[in-house]
Order: sequence, then C-alpha cells, then structure tokens
Amino acid sequence: MKRFIGFIKKEFYHIFRDRRSLFILFGMPIAQIMLFGFAITNEINNVDIAILDHSKDATTEEIINKIAASKYFSIKQIIEKEADIETIFKKGHVKAVLNFEKDFSKNLIKENKATVQIITDATDPNTANTISNFVNAILQKYQQELNKEITIAYQIIPQTRMVYNPELKSVYMFVPGVMTIILMLVSAMMTSISITKEKELGTMEILLVSPIKPFQVIIGKVFPYIFLSIINAVVIVLLSIFIFKMPVQGSLLLLGLESVLFIISALALGILISTISATQQTAMMISLMGLMLPVILLSGFIFPITSMPFPLQVISNIIPAKWFIIIIKGIMLKGVGLQYVWKETLILLGMTVFFIALSIKKYKIRLE
Amino acid sequence: MKTILYIIQKEFKQIFRNKGMLPIIFVLPLLQLVILSNAATFEVKNIKFGYIDHDHTSTSRALIEKFNASTYFDVLTDFPSEELASSEMLKGKVDVVLEIPHYFERDLQKDKYNKLGITINAIDGAAAGVENVYVTQIVQSFNQQIKTDLLQISDKQIQPISIATIPLFWYNKTLNYKTFMVPGILVLLVTMITLFLSGMNIVREKEIGTLEQINVTPIKKSQFIIGKLFPFWVIGMGLLTVGLILAKLIFNVPMIGSLPLLYLYTSIYILVILGIGLFISNFTDTQQQAMFIAWFFTVIFILMSGLFTPIESMPEWAQIVTEFNPIKYFVEVMRMVMLKGAGFTDILPQLLKTLFYAIVMNSLAVWSYKKTS
Repeated sequence: MKRFIGFIKKEFYHIFRDRRSLFILFGMPIAQIMLFGFAITNEINNVDIAILDHSKDATTEEIINKIAASKYFSIKQIIEKEADIETIFKKGHVKAVLNFEKDFSKNLIKENKATVQIITDATDPNTANTISNFVNAILQKYQQELNKEITIAYQIIPQTRMVYNPELKSVYMFVPGVMTIILMLVSAMMTSISITKEKELGTMEILLVSPIKPFQVIIGKVFPYIFLSIINAVVIVLLSIFIFKMPVQGSLLLLGLESVLFIISALALGILISTISATQQTAMMISLMGLMLPVILLSGFIFPITSMPFPLQVISNIIPAKWFIIIIKGIMLKGVGLQYVWKETLILLGMTVFFIALSIKKYKIRLE
Repeated sequence: MKTILYIIQKEFKQIFRNKGMLPIIFVLPLLQLVILSNAATFEVKNIKFGYIDHDHTSTSRALIEKFNASTYFDVLTDFPSEELASSEMLKGKVDVVLEIPHYFERDLQKDKYNKLGITINAIDGAAAGVENVYVTQIVQSFNQQIKTDLLQISDKQIQPISIATIPLFWYNKTLNYKTFMVPGILVLLVTMITLFLSGMNIVREKEIGTLEQINVTPIKKSQFIIGKLFPFWVIGMGLLTVGLILAKLIFNVPMIGSLPLLYLYTSIYILVILGIGLFISNFTDTQQQAMFIAWFFTVIFILMSGLFTPIESMPEWAQIVTEFNPIKYFVEVMRMVMLKGAGFTDILPQLLKTLFYAIVMNSLAVWSYKKTS
C-alpha cells in the first residue's frame, strides 16, 4: 500500500511539474465552452433573402414588408429577372428568393387565389425547409387577416405546451453537449498517452521490474487525472449555470456523482487506448481521430439519434457520451432523480468496469 | 533539391514503417466518412408519440387515426392517465403527448370549435418546433375533414381568399442530407489528418531528441520544413481523392462543378493547415501539448464552420471569428463547387482569403521555427 501511494505521488508530481500542459488543460475547455455557448445555435434567424416581384402592387408590397419585419429574414436584394436567381445562389449571397407571380393582387381579388414561389438554395436541406415553413406561416397569417370576416366552422385549435424548455432555447441543447465533448476528449486524451509515454521514453521497463502490480499501475495512473478532470467539470458546470443560465432542476449532488462516473469512464477509455498503442503518436491519433467525430455525431449532441438509420442507432449505444448527455439533460432540465436515469447510469458503470478490466488484461499480456 | 528529395523519402519511409499508424491515416477517416455521414441529419422523424383519450368517441378515434397514419409519428402509446404520460416523458420514452378532453365530440358539435392539449418535450428546441408544425398540419387537415362531415346546410359556404405557396428546392430537390453532409465531413477528415500529423511531427523529434541531430547537419531549415511537410500534403490530397470517389460511388453526391478547381483550392488549403500544424509544433515541448492545442482549434474550427449549424444564426462577433476559420472556407467551396457548380469567379473570394492565410501562416511558422531552434 505504501509503495502504491508512493507511485501515485510520483504521478502527481509528473503532472504538476508540467505547468504548460496544465495551463492548456484548464484554459482551453473554459475558452471553448464560452465560445460555443454563445455562438452555436441551430435557430434560424436573419436569413438573407431576395425578392423577385413581377407584380409590384400594394398586396405584394405589404407581404414583403411583413417578411422584412420578421426576425427570421432580412431582405438583401431585389432582383429583376429569373436568370439572376442562379447567379446569386452560386455566389452564396442569399438562401432564398420569393418569386411573386404577375398580377398578384388582381388574381387575389378576381379568383380568390394568387401564387408565390419560395425558391430555396436547398444544398442545406434543413435551412431550406425551415425557410419554406416560416414564409408559409407568415403568408398564412396574412391570409387569415384577409379572411377575417369569414368565420370558419368546426375548428380544433391545438394548444401546445412546450415542456422543459418553453422558450425553445438552443443553448439548453448545446451546453450539455459541449460539456460532454470537452470532458470526454480531454479526459481520454490525458490518459491515452500515460502508458505509451513510458514505453516510448524507455521508463516502462523500470515499472515492469518494480513490485507494483499491473492493476496498481493502472489505478495509479488514472488517479491524479480524476482530480484534474473533476476540477475541469466543476468549472464547466459553474460556467453553464452562471453564464448560460442553465437550470439545475435536479440534485446537484447527483449531477456531480454522474459527472465523476463519466469522467472515470473516459479516463479508463484513454488508459485502454494507451495499453494497446505502441507510440504516443498512435495513441493520440486514436483518441483524436477515433473519438472526436463519433462523439460529436453519434451522441445526440447536435443530431437527434431517433432520426438516424437503425444500424447507427444501435452503434450509438456504445458511445458513452450518449448516455451521459441523457443523464445530464435529465438532471439539469427535467429535474429527475436517480430513479429515472438508473439504467443509463448502470450502462456507464458497466462500460467503465469493462474498459478498466480490459486495460489490466492487455497490460498483463505485455508483462509476459 | 536533392536534399529535399532525400528528406521526403525518409519521411515517407517513416510513415509507412509505422504499421500502427497506417490504418489510422487511411482506413479510419474513410470508414468514418461512410458511416458517420448517415448520422448527420436534422430531419425529425420517428417521433415518439402518445395520447390520452378522455372522450372515446368516433371523432376522437378518427383524430388519433390521423396521427397514426402520419409517417412522422412513430410509436403510438395509449396512456390511461396524465400522470403516467408525464412520467414516461420524464423517462424520455415519449416526446409528444396529445390529450383529448372529456366531451370533445359533444362540445365540438355544440360550439363548432374546441381545444386540444399538446405537450411537447422541448429540450431540443429546433426539433420541438418542427414537431409542433407537424401536429398543426395534421389537426388542420382533420379540421377540413370534419368540416365536410359535420357541416350543415344552413352554414353558408364562402370561398376564402388563399395565397398559394409553391416551395422549390434548388440543387437538392429531395432534401437529401447526405448530399449536404458528405462533402463537409470529407473536409473535416482531410483537415484533421493533416493537422494532427503535422502538428505532432516536429515536436516529436524534439521530445525524442532527434531534432538536435538534424540541426547540426548541413540541411537548410527551409529544406527540412518542406521535406517534413510535403508527405502530409500528399496524404491530404490522396485522402480527398479517395473520399471523393467514395462520395460518388456510395452516396451519389453530385459533382456538378469542376474537379480541377476543387483540387486547386484544396492544394492551397492544405498548406494553411500544414502551416498551422508547424506553428503549433514550434510552440510546444511535448506531443501531448501539441495535440491538446491542435484539438482545441479543431473543435472550434468544426463547430464554427457552418458545417452543422448555420453561421448566419451566430451573433455578430462570432461571425467575425469565423472569418479566421479555414474550415469554413473549405466547406463553402466544396458545397458551392460540387453541389451548385460554382466556377472560378464565384469562389475567388474564398480562394484569395485562403491563399493569403497560407502565406501568413507559413511565414509565421518558418519565422518562429528559426527563433526556437
């Protein structure tokens, strides 16, 4: 036991002697969460659009004013002919063009019907679809104003209640995701080189001939990083509460414990990478190239998992970040207790045990 | 010239000798391109749907049937009580709950008007907005249906004024997400590989101690740097090529524009990334530090590139920050050229900015390399 404590002490010294790394380790996540928390949103607003008005009458003018007044659009250009649409789309200046037919007002009065085309640059399908829907909604509302005197019988009006995030703030979606990505990658990257570094610098042999047991080496290596990551997690949680006004509806203690569990699972994953790679470079590349995109794309951080094809939904289950995101959103936004997230917690716990056991096993193999 | 060729030869040999790295450089990125491009979709479908029917009449059943028939709503659960529905929503088992009040049919006939309770889990605000639109559409079409069913002769029918909107989706008629995402994800993979490899390269020699040996040889610094970075430039271009082939073969991504133009742009773009990598290498002592910094910038570059979330929605200051993001320009150029067929003059602004960026980064990198050694 005394030897083991000595070993942990040595590991601590190693880490704290390298001030530059420590600065990077703590400075970067703070800078990132500040940057992303404020900048990233998938809300659509201030989309630049162009108008092609073949009619130029009072009605189209009124509609154009309504569109310009909405916070979703800003009218950037008025164009005169169809051929210009292609040019401005290719340059990427606007995302959509509203094309009013000739005699718009006249048609509306004579035939009770007039047509407007919403031409969108659908290389970005999401934006295109949303623009289309928003313009539609503005026109529908205008249409209702025109039809005021006609009461339409038999109407069911849906009364929608948005729960857990009534203002539909996208920061509630992104802050937990960014927290998760930062904790996951920083933790995994820290430990992923811990054992390879000893291999590459030649100090591994000394460890191997020492009387410290393999599992003690592994635990000893993880231990100091748990402290570092906890400090990191605390800073991130404080930032998200005080700067981004994220609520913590549930228990702060539970949030803390779950974060520790997640950190340990990420550190253990790093150790596993460390035991299977020969050089620091390989270890770094596995943890960066191998983890970054899957964690961003498959964790439900940006893209909803339920919309993915079935095989990918299955694969997403092996991403620890997915479970942690469910847990923190549950605790922070829904205010649930352990009785609602015990399954996710158990899965994370199982993964952690699995990573550690596999690391110890792999480490032993190298001993023989 | 001969010296550079020797260094290049040596570097290539080193890369290909490291059997552990080969699959990471060549297989992992392409595998991710093929698999992960399928994950990136904002489409909202398979919405977990539940309902509480307090009315149990033919009208309430017809309404539920409308939802059942819709392709967006997936699992239909019949909740006996509100408590159970909200508890299931807490667990994440259901995302939209419809509540049909008592006497729904009777009141509708009496008042010709009625209200309906919809509860939506709005943690993902964007998805909740779309779900709300779907629900409204279904209820509106149900309104049309009951109007014709229940309308009495006494009700005068007046033709309301209607503005017809025709949505036209250019360049991507079927709103296919893969067409949009594959070029972008390819950009990420090319960037990540070239940045991580070049960022770690020189600091690795520093850490192991071989850099000093090279410094005492008669090789010029410029020769050394070019020799070091050229192999990564080749790897980047190779990755782009294989990626484009896969994009065409597997995802059938349209390639309307000129491929030589795309290659011209990429060849300059990779120089920017190599410059950044070298710069990072110069200012760090260990591979770990280099990787942390490379990671820091990559995450920022990715999330602020307009690849996943639109740049126009960002606050003004953040939009200014994105001007310094090389990935942003590459993503724009890829999508413009491949999907819209943009030509040389269309991408000229991006091309010039990237060229300028390349010159600045590489000058800085070479200058700082001299200083530190």
